Amino acid sequence: MSNEDMAVHHHAHHFANADDEFEAAKQGMWIFLVTEVLMFGGLFVAYGIFRGLYPEMFHEAHQYLAVKMGAVNTVVLITSSLTMALSVSSTQKGRKSQAILFLILTFILASCFLVVKYFEYTHKFHDGLLPGGFFHNTELTTPKAPLFFSLYFLMTGLHGVHVLIGMGLIAWMVKRSLKNEFSPQFYTPVELVGFYWHFVDLVWIYLFPLLYLVG
Amino acid sequence: MAHSSDTENYLNHSKGLVSWLTTLDHKRIGLMYLFSVIGFFFVGGIFALLIRLELFKFGGHNLMDANTYNKVFTYHGAIMVFLVIIPSIPAALGNFILPIMVGAKDVAFPKLNLASYYIFMTGAVFAVVALFMRGADTGWTFYTPYSIRTNTTVILVLFGAFIAGFSSILTGLNFIVTIHKLRAPGLSWSRLPLFCWALYATSIIQVLATPVLAITLVLLCMERILQIGIFDPKLGGDPVLFQHFFWFYSHPAVYIMILPAMGVISEIIPVFSRKPIFGYKAIAYSSFGIALVAFLVWGHHMFVSGQAEFANFVFSLLTMFVAVPTGVKVFSWVGTMYKGSLHFHAPMLYALGFLELFTMGGLTGVFLATLAINVHMTDTYFVVAHFHYVMVGGTLMGLMAGIHYWFPKMFGKMYNEKAAQVAFWLIVIGFNVTFFPQFILGAQGMPRRYWSYLPEFTLLNRVSTVGSWLIGMGFVVAAYYLFHGIRNGKKALANPWNANTLEWQTSSPPPHENFLKTPVVTSWPYEYLPENTTMPVNA
Repeated sequence: MSNEDMAVHHHAHHFANADDEFEAAKQGMWIFLVTEVLMFGGLFVAYGIFRGLYPEMFHEAHQYLAVKMGAVNTVVLITSSLTMALSVSSTQKGRKSQAILFLILTFILASCFLVVKYFEYTHKFHDGLLPGGFFHNTELTTPKAPLFFSLYFLMTGLHGVHVLIGMGLIAWMVKRSLKNEFSPQFYTPVELVGFYWHFVDLVWIYLFPLLYLVG
Repeated sequence: MAHSSDTENYLNHSKGLVSWLTTLDHKRIGLMYLFSVIGFFFVGGIFALLIRLELFKFGGHNLMDANTYNKVFTYHGAIMVFLVIIPSIPAALGNFILPIMVGAKDVAFPKLNLASYYIFMTGAVFAVVALFMRGADTGWTFYTPYSIRTNTTVILVLFGAFIAGFSSILTGLNFIVTIHKLRAPGLSWSRLPLFCWALYATSIIQVLATPVLAITLVLLCMERILQIGIFDPKLGGDPVLFQHFFWFYSHPAVYIMILPAMGVISEIIPVFSRKPIFGYKAIAYSSFGIALVAFLVWGHHMFVSGQAEFANFVFSLLTMFVAVPTGVKVFSWVGTMYKGSLHFHAPMLYALGFLELFTMGGLTGVFLATLAINVHMTDTYFVVAHFHYVMVGGTLMGLMAGIHYWFPKMFGKMYNEKAAQVAFWLIVIGFNVTFFPQFILGAQGMPRRYWSYLPEFTLLNRVSTVGSWLIGMGFVVAAYYLFHGIRNGKKALANPWNANTLEWQTSSPPPHENFLKTPVVTSWPYEYLPENTTMPVNA
């Protein structure tokens, strides 16, 4: 069986044609991303409220974050968004090996992000800069400072979970790509994983300045 | 052309339990939701009967101690809200009817639809496991700081509600895309049945509000596990912030509960009045009006929480705006019935029951939106009566109306009309006997969630408890004749109510893919003529 034969995608029975199916899938993904925005939105609102209540504390506490590591991670994630976009466009053009290469690059960049995050976290654990009741750092004595680290760990933690899920999805795309499931006629899953990945990137673009820079 | 139930249909398309548990057919998933919801409803109902039984006699210690009472009302509320009322009409009836109504073969994402059912059941399992451990005693609202400190297994219930929320989100997402992308040829937006419009507005709320509940419940779980301090005043957090977050979801959730019921009523009233619906556009758009205002009124749950006076004033004013789109709907339904030839069959009876009870619930909502009255009424039985009139009198009446209306379509059989009328009167009279006295009790100052009360409240509490037995009997009768109808009911025709929407243009029960040929819509569905049809239409 040739590659072309295998790449033919039959749209699901309840859609009139493949285009409708593609459009429906895209709309579904957009709505899903809206729910994600609202879920993160809760945390951003909490951040805004406590920053308004305790501005000095936020200023003191944010100096304990590793700006350089955060900056490196920002570059890493933005680059991964680029490789993801390139992989989508390669899939659309039917350049399978190129698409797989870009997917793997995206995966590697995502891993780099998590490795950096791991070092940041272990450093914080070591210094006792922990959320709420577990906070035991003796240097940072500003009242309510534990609250800042609660928000830091919650926001970056939830984002980290999204990065992990994204890596799983990217790996799955590599697998399906290797099985010749995608073609210029059918590339919906890669495109949707792309949507998701750009969203994960975008969240970090808000997290980095809010936590590391302006505090 | 009508098919007898012996021909291929979705019920006999494949056989065996596994074929049901792995089905991607929206109709079967809808039925699985329906039976699960009915099951949870009876569990939640037993808790309700226990609450009323405890309050039958003055003095407490009748059935249970105070701590058990706290758990019982928490379970009643949590089960009824998260496992019954929210999924009832959208996930059960909506799943079954919506795709057929728009002339589609299925929802846009059938696998996601099945997943949402299992996600829902997983959430329910957590709640049940908690029940067999140390339960939960916070009330269904999980207010901080008590929910942080209580030594019950509230965390499992929180987790269960968190998981069940995702099922609600996925159902909403599925419906929005289905309505946008899978309408049959000719089914333009201005021909879309009002039930679909209502589900569309509901889905928007489900998609926008539920994620906020999800993050709130995560924060509360984290608060219990990691002492993050966001809601804990001891650590610099703000317990009132929890109320803001919680009601930012849970107030719109009230409209997740009521909008689909309004959609059901909008379908039934023109059919059983044999008259075109009055104010089609007004009813369709007012659903979105309600959905919009839904997001702007959460603070009216918090008038005595210490939020700013100015905020109280704004929330009070905005809350009153809810009455405008709601009034538009109620008047449109009444306008539809005016000079119609009314048929008082069970679906219509429930629709009228809805109108009566929901209007009382809605109007007392305007009382409660008024600041000065609210301060007096906060956390009294007046509030309990108000939201039961809306949730039971609104949503549950709508659900019962819908179950009776679409019963012939779902099972290809008829239920027993006489038994249905008996059950209706038991439920609607029982409901008023139970909850009307609670308005008076509340106005006299009896606080909600208390295990006992002052001796002068004894009489009205007794009346209320007797009413709860009537409701219980009504639902037992309903369960009996409905299940009897499924097994032994008379065969139903394709269109027993002589209705125009698409689900009635296919056989009862519908074939596996809903229609043998994709339908083409050529007109608006509400052109009913004032005729004297016998209902249900017999062979």
